[in-house]
Order: sequence, then C-alpha cells, then structure tokens
Amino acid sequence: MTMDMFVFLILALVAVGSAVGLLISRNGIYAALNLVLNFMTVAIFYLLLGAPFIALSQVTVYAGAIMVLFLFVIMLLGADKLAPTSVLSYQRVSAYVLGGLLLAEIGYWIWRGALTGVITPPPADFNLMSNIQEMSMLLFSQYLLPFEVTSILLLAAMIGAIVLTIKQKGGRD
Amino acid sequence: METASGLFFSLVPLIVFLPVLGLLINMAFGGRMGEKAIGAVASLAAGGAFVVSLLLAYSLSVHPETVIVPFAEWIHIGTLQLDWAFRVDTLSVVMMLVVSGVGTLIHIYAVGYMHEDVRFKGDEKRFRRFFVFLNLFIAMMMILVSGDSYMMLFVGWEGVGLCSFLLIGFWYEMDTLGRPSFANSNAAKKAFITNRVGDFGFILAAFIIFWAFGSFQFDEVFAKVPEIAHAAPWVIVAVTLLMVVGVAGKSAQIPLFVWLPDAMAGPTPVSALIHAATMVTAGVYLIVRSAPLFSVNHSVQFFVSMLGAATALFAATIAAGQYDIKKVLAYSTISQLGFMVAAAGMGAYVAAIFHLATHAFFKALLFLDAGSIILGMERGHHHLAHGHGDSHGEVFDPGDMRNMGGLREKMKVSYWLYLIGALALAGIFPLAGFWSKDEILLDAYKHYPTVYWMLTVAAFLTAFYMGRQIWMVFFGKPRTEVAAHAEESPRIMTVPLMVLATLSVLGGLLNMATILGFTLPGSHLLTEWLGHTLGEAEAGELNLIVAGLSTLFALLAIYFSWLIYGKKPLATGQLDPLKKPLGPVFFGMEHKWFIDEAYQFLFINPYRAISRFLADKVDWAFWHDWFHDTVIAGGYNWISQVLLNEYADQRGIDAFANALGSGTKRLSAMMRVWQNGFVRTYALTLLVGVIAILGYLLLK
Amino acid sequence: MVPVSYYLVVSAIMFSIGAMGVLIRRNALVVFMSVELMLNAGNLAFVAFARMHNTFSGQLFVFFVMTVAAAEVAVGLALIVTIFRTKNSINLDQMNSLKG
Repeated sequence: MTMDMFVFLILALVAVGSAVGLLISRNGIYAALNLVLNFMTVAIFYLLLGAPFIALSQVTVYAGAIMVLFLFVIMLLGADKLAPTSVLSYQRVSAYVLGGLLLAEIGYWIWRGALTGVITPPPADFNLMSNIQEMSMLLFSQYLLPFEVTSILLLAAMIGAIVLTIKQKGGRD
Repeated sequence: METASGLFFSLVPLIVFLPVLGLLINMAFGGRMGEKAIGAVASLAAGGAFVVSLLLAYSLSVHPETVIVPFAEWIHIGTLQLDWAFRVDTLSVVMMLVVSGVGTLIHIYAVGYMHEDVRFKGDEKRFRRFFVFLNLFIAMMMILVSGDSYMMLFVGWEGVGLCSFLLIGFWYEMDTLGRPSFANSNAAKKAFITNRVGDFGFILAAFIIFWAFGSFQFDEVFAKVPEIAHAAPWVIVAVTLLMVVGVAGKSAQIPLFVWLPDAMAGPTPVSALIHAATMVTAGVYLIVRSAPLFSVNHSVQFFVSMLGAATALFAATIAAGQYDIKKVLAYSTISQLGFMVAAAGMGAYVAAIFHLATHAFFKALLFLDAGSIILGMERGHHHLAHGHGDSHGEVFDPGDMRNMGGLREKMKVSYWLYLIGALALAGIFPLAGFWSKDEILLDAYKHYPTVYWMLTVAAFLTAFYMGRQIWMVFFGKPRTEVAAHAEESPRIMTVPLMVLATLSVLGGLLNMATILGFTLPGSHLLTEWLGHTLGEAEAGELNLIVAGLSTLFALLAIYFSWLIYGKKPLATGQLDPLKKPLGPVFFGMEHKWFIDEAYQFLFINPYRAISRFLADKVDWAFWHDWFHDTVIAGGYNWISQVLLNEYADQRGIDAFANALGSGTKRLSAMMRVWQNGFVRTYALTLLVGVIAILGYLLLK
Repeated sequence: MVPVSYYLVVSAIMFSIGAMGVLIRRNALVVFMSVELMLNAGNLAFVAFARMHNTFSGQLFVFFVMTVAAAEVAVGLALIVTIFRTKNSINLDQMNSLKG
C-alpha cells in the first residue's frame, strides 16, 4: 500500500462516516457539522485529484458560505429535535433497501466500466501549477455564456430570497 | 268474311252506339229537356237500333252467310287474343230485331207510364234516369247478342245484369206501394246476387273453353268440338253443365228463379222489357248459340230438357195461386222460359227461338197492359182520395187482383188487348202462341215423351191461370171503390200495345208449319232463316194429335177457370174458391211452395251466421282484440319496454356507461392514495424510478 | 496512484447515503443537507473523470455546479423560512396540503 492509497482510505472512511453521521443525527446542528466535515474531506479529495482551485472553492463556497447559511437557519428556526412519528412506517425500510439497490447498481456499473476499460488510469503527467490559468482560459472563452448565465442566476436567487422572506408592511428581514 | 258491297254490314256497331248516344244525350242535357224530349231521344235511339237491325236483316237475306265485323282490339296476352267483333248472322239478327223492336215499343209506352208513375211516387226528377238506364240496357243486350266470342257475350251478360239491378231498384227507397222501405233495394240485390251465382257457372265454363279449345271465339270453338268430343268428352259435359248454371240464373230456371218474382218491384216497363221479353231470354240464346256443344252429348240434352220442363210445370202451379197481377205474369214467364229451355235442350233450336220471339210479343203486351191496369187503379185511387179529401195514408195495393173486378167496362181498350195476349199465351189457335208452343210440344212428343207430358200439363195450367186472371180482373162487379173509378190509359200507352197485339196475332206466320201436308208459301221462314246458322233442322209439321190435344186441354182449362171464377164472380173480401177444395196444395201454391223460405233457411241464414262469426269472433275478438292488442301491441310493448328499455338499454348500455364512470371513480379513489401529500413519498417514488431506469440501462 | 474507480465508489456511496437521507429524514433542513451531499458526490465524480481524461472541463463544470448549489440553497432556505412562518414547523410530514 502506497502513501496515496493509505491517505485515500483514511479520508474515504471519514467521508463516508460523516455522511452516515449526517444521516442518523437527531440534532440538526450535529447533522450540519457532519456535513461540514464531509465537505472538507471532499476538498482534500479534490486536491488529491489535482484540482486545487476547485478544492479551495469547495471550502470557501460550500463549507464556508452554504453551511454557514444552513447553520443560521437552523438556529433561527430552532430545528433541534424532532419526535419520531409513525407516519410512513415503511419509509425507512424501503429507503434502506432502495439505497442499497442504488449503490449496487452504480457499483456494478463502475466495476464493469473498470473491467471493460472505460475507466482508464489517468496519465501520469499533468501540470498542477497552471491549473488556474488553464481553467480561467477555458472559462472565459469556451464557457463564457454559462458564466454569464450563472451570474444572472445568482441575481435571481438573491432577489428571490429577498422577495420570499420580506414582510409586507415595511418589515425588514 | 268480307263486307259485301252495297250491303249494310258495317253499320252493325250502331246497334250498340245509337242507344249509347241516346243515354249520353239524356245524361248530359236531360236536365234541360222536358219529359217529352227525353222520351223522344231514348225511343229514337232504340228505334234507330231497330232500323239498323232491319238493314242487317235485309243484308243477310241477300248474303246469308255469317259476316264478322271487327271493331276493336281488346285483350292480347300470350295465347289469348280477344277482340270486340260484331257477328252478323241469322241467329243474332233475329235476337237484335226482337230486342230492338219490342224495346222501342216499350220505350214509347214507358214515356206515358213513367210520366204518371213519377207523379204517383213523388219524384219527378227521376224520369230522366229511367230512360238513361233503359237505353243502357238496350246497348248491353245488343252487345250480348252480337258478340263474336263467349267473352263478348259475357260482357253483355254482365251488363244486362247490372241494368236489371239498376232498374229493379229504381224506386230504391220505397216498396211497391210507395212506403219507405228496403223492399225494392232488397229485390234488386236478390236479383243481382242470384244472377251472380249463375254467372259463376258461366265464367267457369268460359275458362274451361279457353283451356280446352284455346279460344273464346265461336267459330274457332265450334270447329274443334268434334276433336275434343272424341278426345275428352267430359270437357264438353263440364262446359255445358256449367253453362246451364248460368242459364238457370239468367233465365230463371230451377233453382235460381227466385229473383224474378221479386223483380216485379221495378216499374212495369222494366218487367216487360227485361224480365219478359229480352234479358231472361239471354240464357236461351246462349244454349242455342252453343248448339254444337250441346248436341254432342245426349245425357246433357236430356238433363236440360227435363230441367226446363220441370221449371215450366213448377212455376205454372205457383202462378195459379198468386193474387198480384204482375206476380202471375212473372211466374208465367218462368214457366214459358222453361218451355224454351226444354226446347233448346231437346235440340229443337228453331222452336226455342220461335217461342222466344212470340213470347216476347205477347208477354210484353201482357205486362204493359198490366201496367196500364195498375195505373188505371192508381188513377181511380187518386180520384177517390182527392174527391173524398182523405189522405194517401191508407195502404192500397193497386196490383192486387182481389181489389179489381169489372174493369172490362172501365178500361175497354186494355181489356181487349189483354184478352188477345192471354189467348196467345194460352196457345189458342190461330194466335202466335199456338204455333210456337205446338212446335215445342211436337218435338217433345217425338223424342222425349216425359218432357211432352210435363209440358202439356204446364200448358193446361197456363191456360187455367190466364183464364183465372181474366175473370178476376175484368169480369164481375168491382170489388173495391177504386176499381169502380178506374180510368183508361192515354194513347201513348195503348198504341204500342196495339202493335204488340197485332204481332201476337200474326206472329205465327214467322214459322208456319206444314198443315196436313200443305206447305203454304212463306212457311218455315224461321227454320230456313236460322238454318244458315244452326244447320238443317226438322221442318215443323202440324201433327193433328199434338195440336188437337193441346187445344183441347187449353179450352178445358179455360172452361174450368170459368167454372170456378167466371160463373160466380168473386165478391169483395171473398177467399179464393180453390182454397177449400185444394186445401194445403193451394196453400203451397199461394206461398210459392216456400222456396224462398227454404233458401233463407238453407243458405242465407248459415251464410249470415258464418259472416257474423267471422266478423265478430274472428275479426274483432281474435284478430283485433287478441292478436293485435295482445300479440302485436303487447309484443311490441314488451320488446320496446322490457327487452330494449330494461335489458338492452338500462342494464346493458347504461350499465356499461355508468360502470365506466364509477370504475373511473374507483380507480381514481384507489390511485388517490398515492397522493398523500408527503414529500418523502414522492422522493421515494422518484428514487424507485431512477433505480428502475438505471437497472434497465444496466441490463441492456 | 489511486485508481479512479475508487473515487467513483466513494462518490457512489455518498450519493446513496444522501438519497437515503432525503427519504428518511423528516427535518426539512436535514433533507436539504442530504441533497447537498448528493450534489457533492456528483462533483467528486466529475473531478475524478476530469483527472481520468486529463481535461479541465470537468472541473469547470464542478465550478458551475457549486454556483448553482449556492443559489439553490439561498432560495430554498428562504422558502423554508417562509413555510416556517405559516406552519411553525419544519416537519416535512406536516406539509401535506397537496394531499389528493
């Protein structure tokens, strides 16, 4: 086992573990924190896969902004504990079953892909340093339109969020 | 058969169309013409037909062979080729002369008679109708005698039957005494229906003729008779017997004579023309015309002559017991027709036609004179009623001989003429009846003794009842006030009677017999004349035995009648002197041997019962009530309400449509469960779908 | 070198867990977070493949996904807040007004 593999395994365990923690946490805060841990782990994965920019954006955007927003709302709404109900009793079981099924399917796909040579080992040489340069060149030339559209999307989201939560009679949120 | 030049054969259609023209003119313009004009038109039409008949007779005397004048095409279907063609031969011309001659005289008489009759009955407007019908009758009778085929004969046969119906029921709303009643119309119906029974026989005979001989035309049929008689003799027997049925109907033989006495309900000229002189002789004409068919089979001939003789005897017995002056004459006509049919049956065709002609003369004379007498009584009745100021409410029968008596003084002309007619009918030498009756008796004496004796007895009775009539009507004292005031008829009525009387006296000259070996010039006229058509016939010879016997019997009969009715004339209200001595026999004679009652019981009542049964039970109860209402209406209702409405529609189609709706509801109710509003369920479903798709892609 | 398929397996596991989380959890916020987890798993797969094919398009796509996720979170949370105002609860099971 090489160093890469060892680190990868540890990180994989942490990622899966935090995901499971998200799944089973009763407390909303705990769930959010579990998710943050997961994001961090995935950022390291990105680094390992040679995408430093993405890794850092992950940390900044996802773990930094989005999760903070989540925590704000959780605090705001006081969504700490929820009592278990008996509605949809079959939901749990079917969820587990279906989840397992989904996993099995995707696993099979990957295995087959690896077997048939669709998933090939990556080439050894690639340029880590010019990552950002390369990406920005792509971004502003080939993917300019999506870039601009995304900005409009963000604008829309912003306006939407404000409109949704504004109180009518001069209330401010 | 070509029309010889210079002769008048082509005029023959006029014998039909002159009377037709007369009736059309009277129909169209009669309303505006006066009675005299109407009568003149009708009489001229009949007279014109007589003139044409004379011309035809003249033409035939020059060219005695039969001439056929085709007139119009009628039916051409397959093998049936039927045309309207006029047959001018000696037999048909004799008939034409008798019909048109006597017919014209009767027309003239009728002008005077109807003038008074419509006033006595109270409907002056009906004068015109009488002459229209009378002309129609002449036209139809002419078609009958001039037809060249059995079908044309039948057209005329039916036509005269119709005219008989119309004229008997001329005063359809009353009876003979003028009271409102169905009696006259019933008499007309009886005549028509009884004739119809005869017509049925005739038509069957005609159909068999066509089937066996292939044609209706006389010449073609008679030509094939020997062949058919040899091959299938029963055909000819069937044809002749069926024809005899027709003859029994039209010429009033047993058993279909019952209509003739009732036909006296018609005005007297009708009785004279149709029921004495002409229409009733159509049956005799038929037999004579079909001589080749009858001569073949001797059994048929015997049967026909026995039928005629029986009728002659039977009717004569009834005539002796009647009180109505016209009824006596009616039964006398039936009896004399029996003589003619017997003669034709024996094969003595010339004798039959001879007697037909002479009978037409004196019977028409007698009937018309009886009419004159009846009117005389009516005149007396009115004279009395007006004089005494009482109403016509009382019922008085001017025709009942018991109300007459002593009219010899009041109505002299009528008396003498009646006497001549009666003597001619009784067969007294040298009047016409003697010669014609004698010839028949002679033939019977020679060939059919039974027939001879029956006819002789009938002749005895004939003389007897005529004598009875004369004594009762003209001699003695008037038995009622009316008779005492009877008035003579005007000349327009008596002059034609005189002509007829002359003919009755001189009629014997038509076929004078050989007397004691001496053949006078002009003898056997009719025999020779008819010989051209009927073939050689035995020339009549005066047989002293026969002639002597018949004269003796006739004189004896008159003597007896004088003894009973003349010596001690009947007093008012006295019963007939024969009633006591003859007892039940006279009772039967009086009541016509209850034949009508028997027919009523045997035929008419069962027929009515059957028709009532069919109408009420079969038609109404079964067909209408049960079948229609229950079966058809009920069935239909059942089909529409139960079957279609309930089963097909409600349970079937509606149920299906409703089931669709409710099924959809149930289905949606079932499926609504899926929409439980929980997001997680939707998410679950989503995932299931994703996995399914992935799985599918995987396994592809 | 860690084979790319290992990364894909991890991504698959994360994705399944996120799916299970969406189905099981009743807390709206936690469900939302599970959705984010699923997105993240997808991102990981993208980057892994980008590495495999030696292009940058995959990474760029992840960039966009992140942006969209951010926008989505903003609006989604605003929605949840609004719902909370009316229903006074973020229990998904109580938001069943669409019940047919």
